[in-house]
Amino acid sequence: MHEWALAEGVVATAIKVAEREGLREITEIRVKIGELQQTDMEVFEFALKEIVRLQSALLRRARFLFEHEPAVLKCRVCGTEWAFKDALKKLDEEQSESIHFLPETAHVYVRCPNCHSPDFEVTKGRGVWLESISGEK
Amino acid sequence: MDPRLSIIEERLKDVKRVIAVAGGKGGIGKSSVSATLAIVLARAGHRVGLLDLDICGPSTHVILGIKGVYPTEDKGIVPPLVHGIRFMSIIYYAGDNPSPIRGADISNLIIELLTITRWGSLDFLVIDMPPGIGDPTLDVIRFMKRVEFLVVTTPSKVAIETVRKLVKMLAELGIPITGLVENMKMPSSLGIGQSLEPLGVPLLGGIAFDEGLEQAVGDVEKLAESCFAQELTAALRRIIDERGGESHV
Ligand SMILES: [Zn+2]
Repeated sequence: MHEWALAEGVVATAIKVAEREGLREITEIRVKIGELQQTDMEVFEFALKEIVRLQSALLRRARFLFEHEPAVLKCRVCGTEWAFKDALKKLDEEQSESIHFLPETAHVYVRCPNCHSPDFEVTKGRGVWLESISGEK
Repeated sequence: MDPRLSIIEERLKDVKRVIAVAGGKGGIGKSSVSATLAIVLARAGHRVGLLDLDICGPSTHVILGIKGVYPTEDKGIVPPLVHGIRFMSIIYYAGDNPSPIRGADISNLIIELLTITRWGSLDFLVIDMPPGIGDPTLDVIRFMKRVEFLVVTTPSKVAIETVRKLVKMLAELGIPITGLVENMKMPSSLGIGQSLEPLGVPLLGGIAFDEGLEQAVGDVEKLAESCFAQELTAALRRIIDERGGESHV
């Protein structure tokens, strides 16, 4: 996913949760980031800072903690499992860029190393997940 | 929690109407209707977006002759303005390659597209839907709260049967249906009005089979002047003539 969209999503979701839980201030946001979309952390953190700056006091002091999850692919046809980073080595810049914007286009460019099928699932490392939000009531 | 889901409505907040062009089965001219509707709306002075959600068989770019353009990055992805239309499709990322994507990944891709795309201010966002009532249709209903459906069918019994299912599901879910368009209407056909009448969806009009349409594929000027475009305009007059400033109820 694009870093700015991702950052907006994280902040909007955190605010929703804070409102639901009646938090006066958010102190910590834990985000799990899948490797598949090759998020540029520098851009992502910059975007987060910019977006938080425009927000109310709710998020001003919030600390972001990131956990990175390597992506694992599993072939639905022959059961082979392989690491996305191995697949990535075989892609050119344009293909890898496409996956960065739309991770599912991995199915367009990546094939099972054993049987060449495009029919695989991303068992780990897809998506971005808001793991937890802590704050003060 | 998936942070993407908080942002989709935000992305659509300045879009006045979201019209999903759908049908029960493939080959009924849904993509031609979507692409031509977008062109006709743009030429009537509306601000229009076209989103091709037929992930496995995107074709509106072929109909509109769109190539060599790409979205730009600006705090998200801004679709290029082509022929007066903000155009978004998986083709920017998949190119001419097949996109063998299924199940949860189709949903993920649709969520991703809806999350990253910054449409800006639009009068209409036209969506070319894949056929049927599978994941993409359910996702569009789930994530785009203000969507309305424009249903396309042909006079074929098979098409009518499948469209009946689509319409029934939409009605059950309380999703607004703008109306039905009968495509490839034949002089001998009795009209689908009678067979679909009990569903209570207004038949907006019919479009005769236009042999010239194939010639117009890839050529926006020809497309805009085709009988197909003229008949579609007549059928959708009410939508196309809508004043930009008026809000849709
Ligand atoms: Zn395999």
